[in-house]
Amino acid sequence: MQCLFTSLYTSLAQQLPRESMEWRRSYGRAPKMIHLEANFVQFKEELLPKDGNRALLTFPFLHIYWTDCCDTEMYKASVKDDMLRWQSTLRLHGSVDWLIVVVESEAKKKNKTNILPRTSIVDKIRNDFCNKQSDRCVVLSDPLKESSRSQDSWSAFLTKLRTLLLMSFTKNLGRFEDDMRTLREKRTEPGWSFCDYFMVQEELAFVFEMLQQFEDALVQYDELDALFTQYVLNFGAGDGANWLGSFCAPVKRWSGLLLRRPIDMEKRELIQRGEASLLDLRSYLFSRQCTLLIFLQRPWEVTQRALELLHNCVQELRLLEVYVVQGALDCWVFLSCLEVLHRIEGCCDRAQLEANCSHTVGLWTYATEKLKSLGYLCGLVAEKVPTSEDLNRTVDLLAGLGEERPETVNSLQSPYKKLNEALSSVEAFEKHYLELSHAAMEMYRAIGRMRSARLIGKSLAEFYMKKGDPERAEGFLDDSLRSYVAEGWSLQVTHTRKQMAECQKLLQQTEDYLQTSALLAGDANLTEEERKHFCQEILTFASQPPAPSGEHTHTTVALSMAAFAQLRQMQFSPPGAVVHVGAALQLELRVRCLMPVAMQVEQLAATLHFSLEQGGARGRAGSAQRRTGQGPQGQGDGVVLFPQGSPLAGAGMGALLPPALELYEMQDRSPSDSSLTSTGVVCKNMHLLLRRHDSSASLDTPTAGALPAAVAVDDGAQMLRARDITLQPGDNSILFTAPTGEPGSYTLRQLCGSVGRVQFVQSHIYPVVQYEVYSQEPQLTIEPLSDNLLAGIPQKVKFTIATGHYSVKKGDALQLSNTDSMPILHSSCCSATVLSKRMGESALSIQSSEKVTSISLPPTPPYHTLEFQLEVLCHIPPTPFKPDIERLTNGEVRHRPKSHSHADSGMINIDQKVSIDCPWSIYSTLIALTFYVPFKAKHSILSAGKRKYIQVCLQNVSDTNFHLADPVLTERQPTVSMELLSLNVKKQQPVCSQQSVFCLWEMRWAKPLPLCLQCAFSASFAPVSASDTHTAFKPYRYEFQLDRVSTLYSLKAEILPPSGDQHCRTGALCGLEVSITRQAEPSETEGEEEESTEIEGLRTTKLMYEVVDNSSNWAVCGKSSGVVSMPVAASATHRVQMEVMPLFAGHLPFPNIKVFKYLPHNAVPAIQPDTDSCLENDTISLLDKGLDDQGDTASIRSRGSVHSVGSGEQQRGLPMPRLEPFSPGQVFYWSQGRQVLVLPVTDDHVMEVNVT
Amino acid sequence: MAVCIAVIAKENYPLYIRSVPIQNELKFHYTVHTSLDVVEEKISAVGKAMADQRELYLGLLYPTEDYKVYGCVTNSKVKFVIVADSSNTSLRDNEIRSMFRKLHNSFTDVMCNPFYNPGDTIQSKAFDSMVSAMMVQAS
Repeated sequence: MQCLFTSLYTSLAQQLPRESMEWRRSYGRAPKMIHLEANFVQFKEELLPKDGNRALLTFPFLHIYWTDCCDTEMYKASVKDDMLRWQSTLRLHGSVDWLIVVVESEAKKKNKTNILPRTSIVDKIRNDFCNKQSDRCVVLSDPLKESSRSQDSWSAFLTKLRTLLLMSFTKNLGRFEDDMRTLREKRTEPGWSFCDYFMVQEELAFVFEMLQQFEDALVQYDELDALFTQYVLNFGAGDGANWLGSFCAPVKRWSGLLLRRPIDMEKRELIQRGEASLLDLRSYLFSRQCTLLIFLQRPWEVTQRALELLHNCVQELRLLEVYVVQGALDCWVFLSCLEVLHRIEGCCDRAQLEANCSHTVGLWTYATEKLKSLGYLCGLVAEKVPTSEDLNRTVDLLAGLGEERPETVNSLQSPYKKLNEALSSVEAFEKHYLELSHAAMEMYRAIGRMRSARLIGKSLAEFYMKKGDPERAEGFLDDSLRSYVAEGWSLQVTHTRKQMAECQKLLQQTEDYLQTSALLAGDANLTEEERKHFCQEILTFASQPPAPSGEHTHTTVALSMAAFAQLRQMQFSPPGAVVHVGAALQLELRVRCLMPVAMQVEQLAATLHFSLEQGGARGRAGSAQRRTGQGPQGQGDGVVLFPQGSPLAGAGMGALLPPALELYEMQDRSPSDSSLTSTGVVCKNMHLLLRRHDSSASLDTPTAGALPAAVAVDDGAQMLRARDITLQPGDNSILFTAPTGEPGSYTLRQLCGSVGRVQFVQSHIYPVVQYEVYSQEPQLTIEPLSDNLLAGIPQKVKFTIATGHYSVKKGDALQLSNTDSMPILHSSCCSATVLSKRMGESALSIQSSEKVTSISLPPTPPYHTLEFQLEVLCHIPPTPFKPDIERLTNGEVRHRPKSHSHADSGMINIDQKVSIDCPWSIYSTLIALTFYVPFKAKHSILSAGKRKYIQVCLQNVSDTNFHLADPVLTERQPTVSMELLSLNVKKQQPVCSQQSVFCLWEMRWAKPLPLCLQCAFSASFAPVSASDTHTAFKPYRYEFQLDRVSTLYSLKAEILPPSGDQHCRTGALCGLEVSITRQAEPSETEGEEEESTEIEGLRTTKLMYEVVDNSSNWAVCGKSSGVVSMPVAASATHRVQMEVMPLFAGHLPFPNIKVFKYLPHNAVPAIQPDTDSCLENDTISLLDKGLDDQGDTASIRSRGSVHSVGSGEQQRGLPMPRLEPFSPGQVFYWSQGRQVLVLPVTDDHVMEVNVT
Repeated sequence: MAVCIAVIAKENYPLYIRSVPIQNELKFHYTVHTSLDVVEEKISAVGKAMADQRELYLGLLYPTEDYKVYGCVTNSKVKFVIVADSSNTSLRDNEIRSMFRKLHNSFTDVMCNPFYNPGDTIQSKAFDSMVSAMMVQAS
């Protein structure tokens, strides 16, 4: 028997797993293809499982009876009995999984030829044992031969074997699982043990593992894991299970995970015995999970689970209140981390590892942390050697590690060795710690987790600080600090900065240390005491005398102002920030001091940048427009607000949030024709917006290089300075007096506060703060007090002197050149007013000499306004004005007062120039004043026959009401013969605005009057409002000339009704008889003027008459005009008869009759006579005696005139005889205003009027 | 419940950060700040593929021995970070999610306030009390 199986075993063991089988599973689990592998053991009864033994691993799934019996006798004799016995044993143990294999061989058959082929052994066996299961018996023919038959039988056998094996396995596994579940359900019963259950379920896991079903195996472990975790949690919640007690035992060993063996039998046995600690159990569980995961090619899950496990174990131990030696867990975690990492490294190549840093870095960091805390615990992180207490602790910890595992004894880098070494000495610890830290940092950097890297860097820095190695710490601290500042995490900033301060103090980087101290002193995150401490550090340094050695060349230290104080606002007073030279300009600076205590600042100075600007330099008006350079925050009231960062102490906020855009409109015009070429928007604060973010933080970081070179404050520059001020914590107000010595624009550049040796410097002030100083020339203006200055009466004018940069000294005077036309009136109550913030009045003394009036001014400081009033009188020049040019005292040609008619009011104005010598100038100032003449005068001569009257009309054209008195008319060259008889009222009369007054005089003369009379009208006038009527009356004079006053001719017209009729009737012709009578012999002068011809000793003058009826009352029939020759003799009369027809009935006025001088000889006639009237001339029938037309025309011709009155010889376009009107008064028309009654003709028409 | 809740601006400065008073505030600040690394990593890893799904919840950012840090990022890249005690095992993922939802809603309310200047630190009382309700009550 044995030899039969042995001969077959090799091929059987080889061939069984060769083909896969489909494994159908219960509970709806997916079927899988598996390869079966079996372990064949010789049958022994004691191997059969007893009841309750569920060891699945050693379970006999299939019992096979091998026989090569081919002899019936032999079968009957022994084999059958043997089989029966076997069967009964199996049945006894409830095993139904069996198989009988009959091995046939040709060789044997040949030997037993007598065997009846009818009933073979196989049939017999089947008959005997396999009642219904005929498949339980198989034949394997010639298994050792290489024949096709043999092959087939092998194949059939193997299939059968696999099927049966799997069937049995499935059945038993199912039973096992059921049992396991039942066991699990009993977990609430007392006496249930997790360890026992663990073993059961792990069995299942093993089986799965054996079947290469790692997934399923893992599930078993995960279930166990979860179950255990749940128990721990329940324990934490107060629901403790008894069995958990064993896990609560104090941890005695902390040797870490062991992942190098597939199964850690040591631990497993501990669990089996119920002696495992929590760490043992966890370690074992994880090692199994790890193994399976690595089988499953999921190494990164291992790292992730490892981290979870480690965290979890720490938590669980805490939850279960298990006593652990201090540091033991750290050891365990450290070892475990490294073990996991080693394990992973063992199964992955380098490239894979590097690509998956993110999975391992957590473990690295964790290990680093743990090593660090171990180091601190064991006194390895210090400058001095560990104490004996530390050493004891170290020894205790190392004892807990136990012996090194045999697997790693030979490896140089085992976690065990590392830990041992690291804890052995300070140097070794440093080496290992740095190695780990750098490895972790590198990995973090590689995967871009910069913050995590920096955090490790920071803890490295802490380590270095502990080791007394600040040089190396500095870099890490600086790096971290920068990032915290940049991202605005104030608490971290404060914390790191504190460490930084410590570091810098050790490094004796005084400047940096002070800067950091300043920042910390102003840090709101710190306590008052801490802030005071740092503040004191600065103050202590500040009060120290400078280092005596020449090593430090600079005795002062410049720090950034930002840490010390924040600018809040600046306010100018006066708010315009534009002042004149030397004026007081104050600048109030509001500063928030960030220091916790009051600071004594010896000097707070702002350097000024001075630039001479053309606009501001000269002649700037007082109300200069504001400069635009004060930024958007600059408000109208001279306040410049500084943008504030967020309330967070970290200045990083400001850096992160970009400042708001400051946009301005920009226009680009071409220089030639100023047309717009381009327009756009300009961002003014681009330098702030576009600067790099990391560099923006540099303003606040203490190590950010040296402050600008401008820190060395140039003392020669202009400065705003405030000395010895105390800045209280919080808002302070500091008053500066700005220098205004020179005109130009001043810009604040740098602010610097000095506290002892320390200077706080702000290198830029933004927004730009500037002010302007201008210089102004003195100015004199004269303006009337009223709207219009009136000539003739005293008027007040206001003198205004803007002193500008000139200071009016005592004795300075204005010199006004006197003119006759405008004297300056002295009045006693003259006073000058100095306008400034306070009104000041002082008396004004006026002295007059012949040529000049001198006004001495009161002393006035520069940039003040001096005002006074003066009364002046502009004489009204007699009309018409005569040109007169005078020379002024200073030799200038004096412009005569120009007068011309005022367009609007009809007033005549006079431009009066005043020449003034001012004390501040060598040149005279010419100022024009315009006066208006209030009156307009007209004259006219009125006649009544030979009597003559002169009328003067005086019109008040001003807006003022006047009194008029004493109108007098005089002859300028008085002739005795003439007398002017006033017909006017004696008393004064009012002349209201825009009204007129008429005055009348009668002329009486004895001798003939001269041709030309020079008359002068004069009157006195005063404004109605004038108080003192007597002195207020001022003269008005109007001169005029009268020509040809006496009456030469009188005209008389008579309308005669048609003969036989009493009255004129309409439509009927009436006679018009005009008689022209010579009134007087012309005087000699007149005679010369008058054209006369002498014919036959008789002097005659020619007159032309004309009948004009403008009102269409009359129709002139026949000729309406004609020329008559009048003898030059008194009372010579000429009569002219004409026919006129009245067109209307009623009292009709007489038609007008005009008489002209007829001057036939002139080439260019003054007045073109009507052609109409000329044509009628030939029908003129002259009634006069000796004058015939012929002679007349001949005389015309004889004078060379080509004009002929006669129709035949008339030549057009040639000079005509000239007509000249008589002066008013020379012709007197008697019939002026006469009317004649005209009756209507007998009316033939019937007007029907119906009255109803 | 949470031991520390933080709202972090797009530019990674804290808009709001509050932690349980009894514990070291600074430690939480460091934790939250460091967690931004993972947040950024997750955001960039999610990248375009996940953009459509608009999953704001980032899940557990990273565990430490004592704390679990969870993260959530809004569409405007404002980050919420909740730090929970590791020993607080009763805290489920769903609860964390609902906390984030509440936080987000309350944050939206803050942003809707016309007097709130986006980018400023949050000083809303309503937000504060909502956060307090989510925090572990310090006994």
